[in-house]
Amino acid sequence: MASNESAVLFDQPGPKGRKTIRIVNWVAGIVFAIVLVLILMRLHNPPDGENQLSWELWKPALDGEAWTDFYLPGLWATVRATILAVIGAVAFGLVFGIGRLLPSLIIRTVSGAIVEFARAVPVLLLMIFFWRWFAFAGLPSPAYWAVVLALVIYNGSVVAELVRSGVGNLPNGQREASLALGLTRTQSLMQIEVPQAIYAMLPAAVTQLVVVLKDTALGSIIMYTDLLQESRRLGSMYFNILQTLVVAAVVYFIACWLLSRLAEWLPERMQRHTAAPAEPEPVAPIAIMDPSNVNQIAVAKEGVPLGGAQRLYHVHHRGTNASIRHWRQTRYDQGYDETHPESQIKFDKNGRPLRENPFGDLRKEGKPKGDKPKGSK
Amino acid sequence: MLRRAAAAICALACVFAVSACGADDADGKVRIGIKFDQPGLGFKKNGTYVGFDVDVAKYIAKKLGYSEDQIVWKEAPSKQREAMLQNGDVDFIVATYSITDERKKVVSFAGPYFVAGQDLLVRKDETSIKGPEDLNGKRLCSVTGSTSAVTVKEKFANEVQLMEQPGYAECATALFSGIVDAVTTDDIILAGLASASRGRLRVVGKPFTQEYYGVGIKKGDTQLATKINNAIADMIQDGSWKRAIADNTKGTSYTPNAKYNPPEPTEGEK
Amino acid sequence: MEAFISLFSQYNVPAAFLVNIELTLWSALFSTILGVILVMMRISPVSSLRAVAGAYVELFKNLPLTIIMVFMVLGAYAQLKLSFSDTFATNFFWLAVTGLSLYTAAFVCESLRSGINTVPLGQAEASRALGLSFMQSATQIILPQAFRGSVAPLGNTLIALLKNSTVAAAASVATETSSLMSEMIEYRSDVIVPIFLIFAFGYVILIIPIGMLTTYLSNKLAVRR
Repeated sequence: MASNESAVLFDQPGPKGRKTIRIVNWVAGIVFAIVLVLILMRLHNPPDGENQLSWELWKPALDGEAWTDFYLPGLWATVRATILAVIGAVAFGLVFGIGRLLPSLIIRTVSGAIVEFARAVPVLLLMIFFWRWFAFAGLPSPAYWAVVLALVIYNGSVVAELVRSGVGNLPNGQREASLALGLTRTQSLMQIEVPQAIYAMLPAAVTQLVVVLKDTALGSIIMYTDLLQESRRLGSMYFNILQTLVVAAVVYFIACWLLSRLAEWLPERMQRHTAAPAEPEPVAPIAIMDPSNVNQIAVAKEGVPLGGAQRLYHVHHRGTNASIRHWRQTRYDQGYDETHPESQIKFDKNGRPLRENPFGDLRKEGKPKGDKPKGSK
Repeated sequence: MLRRAAAAICALACVFAVSACGADDADGKVRIGIKFDQPGLGFKKNGTYVGFDVDVAKYIAKKLGYSEDQIVWKEAPSKQREAMLQNGDVDFIVATYSITDERKKVVSFAGPYFVAGQDLLVRKDETSIKGPEDLNGKRLCSVTGSTSAVTVKEKFANEVQLMEQPGYAECATALFSGIVDAVTTDDIILAGLASASRGRLRVVGKPFTQEYYGVGIKKGDTQLATKINNAIADMIQDGSWKRAIADNTKGTSYTPNAKYNPPEPTEGEK
Repeated sequence: MEAFISLFSQYNVPAAFLVNIELTLWSALFSTILGVILVMMRISPVSSLRAVAGAYVELFKNLPLTIIMVFMVLGAYAQLKLSFSDTFATNFFWLAVTGLSLYTAAFVCESLRSGINTVPLGQAEASRALGLSFMQSATQIILPQAFRGSVAPLGNTLIALLKNSTVAAAASVATETSSLMSEMIEYRSDVIVPIFLIFAFGYVILIIPIGMLTTYLSNKLAVRR
């Protein structure tokens, strides 16, 4: 991706440009290496205090006992909370995401209020509140349930938005066809649109898994014995807390990185089950909450035929948080829907169709395809 | 397809929900709440638990008729101790649990088995700090939510700078690297830290409060309190109490405040 | 209702929110600066700059903020002796700002990159055709449009930053909202639900205008093409 973008901004450099780039390249590389070496030297010999790189401190942070007694139980606690929180978040998200799409005004308003509230409250505040509340109410393992519930509420609100935009991204025909078959609006939503939206949102849900995994570390603030807390504990014995934290950070990084790769691999598998686009947005996980630039990103991702000018009409406006109420209208206004070839009419500068009969050759091409049933050769 | 996935997810959720509760009410076991994160008092090592609190708990369990493999150790974080006793999650708690009137409203205590006092932990070569009064203009570390640092600031040294950290290990690390000059909490906890520091930290040794560590039990269980008190008295008498302290503060010159120790366990019998 | 009044008279809740707002504003400023530098490194023709910026974003995107905050105190301050002030409170405040800025910069960089994706190829081609150098075309043509195209993700990053500022508690900032809430629950456990509602609605009130402003600005500033 990086090479793609960068190629846009500068010409293929000539011999002089290449030389400059090579020099800057080396200078920058050396500067970064020096910074790294300076930090390591500082750690090796801090002003007062002990050598943080000595094996004496690293050994207890890495040996087998550290793994079996601390990191692995901690990692298991983290994974346990993550998985339960994700399952809960999907359930929460489905209930309130669908709730926001139902015809009934009351259900829509209530679901909307709950989702907006859940999105605005910081996860840490939710955790502290549930933790103290559960402890006073006398529930067993309050810290665990506080971590899970806080994550369910926040990430559930994100999933709810994903469900909503997943339904918004479906081609109109899906709903029109089901209404034409005599299903009610609710039936169409529940039986036709939502199942497809779920497949479309799965990759984004896996990206959200990374957020959940990272946020479980907040649990260490409320004394939940997750990976971070266990690594602190291990550090209390040998006073090598910095080293044990580095080990924990590496484990977190590897886990999150693997999940991110999974999120990139999923879309092609999911695309088979849905008519909505299942590819992840080309932005960071944080942009899942993104209200309104989705359509602009979609425009950016549209290929430009022959590298020429931008298309006059774009791939249909994708359902988004900000303007989802109007997404059908906007799509109609734009007059272009990738999934409906008859809308792909080319216009000239004055807004008149380029051809006398824009649908003519569509029909011509369409006929032989229609005559031959698929699958029979 | 979706329905099957939903069923699988539900099954998975059940597994995780149950494993979290971890109901082990197997008969013939005694469940004891201790700290898991305090070197010298209650700490996980080589898959078992070690520390002064653990030794006391083991001794009491033995006197109550349980062998060591019948003990189920449970973590009792400071803020959850009352709730754990009230719910019956544990039979008793030995976890640096000070006897206070506030707590006695909801739980009962046996003991005390030790009288700790708030003290200061400093670097070995530190000479200017001999007591809490010398902390003016110095930097002091304590754990989040504890009142010990506030006590120092209000009673002894108004100009002390306070730093709050989630655990004592963080405080000790900060002390090593020189960003704070002292750590404050109960002396026995500090002695445990000093013992783990391989001789680079020392306890000042002038405790300026008294904390009576008791064994937390369910409210009103006078019978259990009597049994535990007898066990503690035995432990003090046969010398294993002294041995336990010496073992767990190895490498430091720590001695418990002789004016109050060993204590007379009479609490909770009515 | 009485519970709310007595809580407000007993504790200075607005002051705690002010600390979070200050944390957010300073971190927003620094993370924007760092994010712009990172995104320029990422689109530059120099491969080592691209690699470093890419590694930075991957690293900070995949680490929990809590661990970064702990590292700011125990690593950056205790070992590297990165110190801003001799007064502890001020020092920890700025350490928290540093941690939040480092973390958020990765997300600012990603938001801007998605904004650059919305700038049509023709803009870059035209600026090259006019003979502008990389720096000129980046700062005068591409980034201004990218900023306008990434208002929405940047707004979301700001909202996330405001919520994340509560994690400053892990960097020993003891005056911000989550610490005050813990303290209030500790002493007034009889009114735990009202305490939570005060803080929750405080954030709702702060965040909804930011969200609305973001939506308004992203529609108003979007480059019409």
